Amino acid sequence: MVKEIERAGLPVVHMCTVIPISLTVGANRIVPTVAIPYPLGDPELPAAEERALRRQLVEKGLKSLETPVDGQVVFEE
Amino acid sequence: MAEGKFRVVHYLNQFFGQVGGEEKANVPPEARDGAVGPGLGLKAALGPAAEIVGTVICGDGYFAENIDTATVQVMELVKKYNPDLLVAGPAFHAGRYGTACGAVCVAAQEKLGIPAVTAMYPENPGVDLYRKDLYILPTGDSAASMRQVLPKLGALALKLVQGETIGHPDEEGYIPRGIRRNIMADKPAAQRAVDILLAKIEGQPFTTELPMPEFDRVDPNPPVTNMAQATVALVTSGGIVPKGNPDRIEASSASKFGKYSVAGLDNLTAETHETAHGGYDPTYANEDPDRVVPLDVMRDLEQDGIIGKTFDYFYSTVGNGTSVANSAKFGAEIAQDLKENGVNAVLLTST
Repeated sequence: MVKEIERAGLPVVHMCTVIPISLTVGANRIVPTVAIPYPLGDPELPAAEERALRRQLVEKGLKSLETPVDGQVVFEE
Repeated sequence: MAEGKFRVVHYLNQFFGQVGGEEKANVPPEARDGAVGPGLGLKAALGPAAEIVGTVICGDGYFAENIDTATVQVMELVKKYNPDLLVAGPAFHAGRYGTACGAVCVAAQEKLGIPAVTAMYPENPGVDLYRKDLYILPTGDSAASMRQVLPKLGALALKLVQGETIGHPDEEGYIPRGIRRNIMADKPAAQRAVDILLAKIEGQPFTTELPMPEFDRVDPNPPVTNMAQATVALVTSGGIVPKGNPDRIEASSASKFGKYSVAGLDNLTAETHETAHGGYDPTYANEDPDRVVPLDVMRDLEQDGIIGKTFDYFYSTVGNGTSVANSAKFGAEIAQDLKENGVNAVLLTST
């Protein structure tokens, strides 16, 4: 999916936990997330902190969409 | 255990290792003496020349989320059995399991210096990740093909551990690794090339000697220059759908995607949405679907002027065992719709 969206001309960030799969699939902008069943959250955290974590990850995703890339880039910490 | 038998360790996930289902996907590696589950069939396939001395079992979620650590932990357990060979899987179409099988086999080859072999469905992401480094036998997309694959897995495993030469993928049945070997041909290259060309012209079958690699990379698009004005869409393969799954998106091998309005919604809740995705523990996504489709913080970011707006619809399918062909089709259709609606950028989340 991510590759076809890119092919159609839309910048796209793949936010996922298993980075090797994303690299194989051919995503260009990749942001690592928390865990497979809760990529953008953490049920261990109090609600407010969880939401802050989610915002931080989404902002990282947006940042990657504002960053020129040449090929596949994993946006780590 | 009889003397003189090859010592085999078998790697399984929590499901085939009979630890439990998705609720046990987070169990760290553990070892059991002897064969477990599919290991019994493998044992029969290996015959008297080899013995499954131990089985190492790890949860698929644990492995996929901690690939490096889990590989080291699994190797420590494998090493204790002092094996001559490692067999992993078969993993069929389970992506996390296939990735784990590949990683474990490669580590056994590199760290322990023993041969290793696994089996999985050709579209399993583990194939593209590890085929160059490893013998991988193809399987069907479900455990229904277990009985067909185990004898082949046993046979190839025996050849490997006995140090026999492994032939061409066409003869041995494994997924091509892209290895080239020098062989003596009975005709010079020019003549062979002309023969192939003539066969092609006549519409006869022929086999190329140099298959072209299929590179399908898409160049990244230029970045968004003005995020504060941009419309950003949310897309997921994590199966988030309105409660009740109105489009009946399948829990695995999805044949469709859904387009769902978020106009007027501040976030996705357990009351309004859920996941249709099989293959991962749905508890956390059902409790708060924002953990997969982060609408709540998108609204915050709109309010704070960081993004222009969130597109009024999100798109969702289930990425569990869904074919590459279907995924590509969904992606193309979604992209077309997004472009027609003036969307500038996409956040795609996967579980």
